[in-house]
Amino acid sequence: MESTKFSPITKLSKEEVDRKWWEIGDFFRRNSLWMLMYCTGCCAIELPPAMTSAYDMERLGMGPMATPRQADVLLVTGYLSLKTLRRVIYTYEQMSEPKYIVGFGSCTINGGIYHDSHVVINQLDQYIPVDTYVAGCMPNTEAVMNGFIDLMSLIKNKKADGWKRYKKNYEWYKKNQIDSLGEVQVHDEYHQ
Amino acid sequence: MMVGILTGFGVALFGFVWQTSLGGISRKVVARLQKRYGPKWYQEFLDIFKLLSKRATSHGWIFDLGVIMALGGIIATAAFMPVTNDIFAFADFDNFFIYVYLIAVGMLGMAMSASGSGNPLASIGVMRALTTMLAYEVPFMVIVMVIIKHAGTSSLRGIAMAQQDAGMWYMVALPLGFIVAFICLLGMLGKKPFETYIAPAELASGPMVEYGGKQLGMLFIMHEITVFIEVSLFVHLFLGGAENIFVFLLKYFVVYSVANLVSNVNGRFKIDQVVVFFYKWILPLAMIQAFVALYMNGWWN
Repeated sequence: MESTKFSPITKLSKEEVDRKWWEIGDFFRRNSLWMLMYCTGCCAIELPPAMTSAYDMERLGMGPMATPRQADVLLVTGYLSLKTLRRVIYTYEQMSEPKYIVGFGSCTINGGIYHDSHVVINQLDQYIPVDTYVAGCMPNTEAVMNGFIDLMSLIKNKKADGWKRYKKNYEWYKKNQIDSLGEVQVHDEYHQ
Repeated sequence: MMVGILTGFGVALFGFVWQTSLGGISRKVVARLQKRYGPKWYQEFLDIFKLLSKRATSHGWIFDLGVIMALGGIIATAAFMPVTNDIFAFADFDNFFIYVYLIAVGMLGMAMSASGSGNPLASIGVMRALTTMLAYEVPFMVIVMVIIKHAGTSSLRGIAMAQQDAGMWYMVALPLGFIVAFICLLGMLGKKPFETYIAPAELASGPMVEYGGKQLGMLFIMHEITVFIEVSLFVHLFLGGAENIFVFLLKYFVVYSVANLVSNVNGRFKIDQVVVFFYKWILPLAMIQAFVALYMNGWWN
């Protein structure tokens, strides 16, 4: 007769084990976000007060990094002309997974004050997957810090899955990119 | 033998945990220096484990092999490091020159791996790291030779015991040499005035430019253990080693914190300024100290 004293050890399935490991990884990932700042737009002026003694981003474990390979978060601070969009896409594709994007200002949401310009893209989300936005023109520094906290809670709730969406819908993103950028005219290492 | 190997790994693990915690505390201290709140004290652990949990790109087998060689070489070096008079892995293998030779394995592994990434900034970084090494090694070795001559042994524990027996640290007996060695220590640790080969704004972090994810995590672990080796060497050579573990931790903490504070109020030299600084000012100081110690040695004993 089988003993009823001890409940049998339930063997976790592979998915369960993977999920648990992923949650542990998420804890480390959201507490140590390293940023790559793409500072060509005017919202970049909000980053120095967020990093230095006024708001001190380092207490959240965030810090600036020098290269895309080392970074976790890509900050796109403001408008993107067609020329810089190409560089942003290269940069994003060089980052190691899991990777996240934060879009700053109204320019990345709907074009902002450049909405009718012929060289500035309107919606960043059409080209690369944005995880969270910080709205405003330009956003207050408190809003920027709030945006980072939002990103952390998104990672915690497994909703910051932009890098998965990019893989899944790669054809759609690629089509949008080529529609806007056009074919590559010059074939050298800087334009491929 | 088996016990020795296990103790050696234990020393390396202890060095990693201690130096990583201390690194986090130092970041907090620097933050307070800049009137910020600062990260959690265990932030460095979070960073390292996060890096290990990420997916990484490889740039070929030399790139991967070099990282493993760097980490393995540094762990092997740390295994020979005596912590106190009683805690050590291999009794007769704490000669100073063992560290000089073994630490090169780790450094060259990193150089090989960085060059294997094919990024020009990584090559410039490696070249600058080797140039800096050429600058600080000569004055440091001059001072260490003086210590070995005076102590009559090149065993690290022997040097520490000699200081404890005499009741006189080489920090006091060789004041000029202590200053020289401390400035060389800043160069070894890659601290601010001599941070030329990392230079995040100029070289995009130099040798580390192509690393991400697991490889970068392993290099971070390697860096922490390297710092442990270099600061422990300094403690044993100049601060009289340690009778027990608490004395060791205290001395280590003081040396690393002072180096960190000095580093954070300084700017960065250019690479030619580093070499000129060491050869024009530090090397003559070391020579004067060597001359005084070897030919006018009546005054201290």
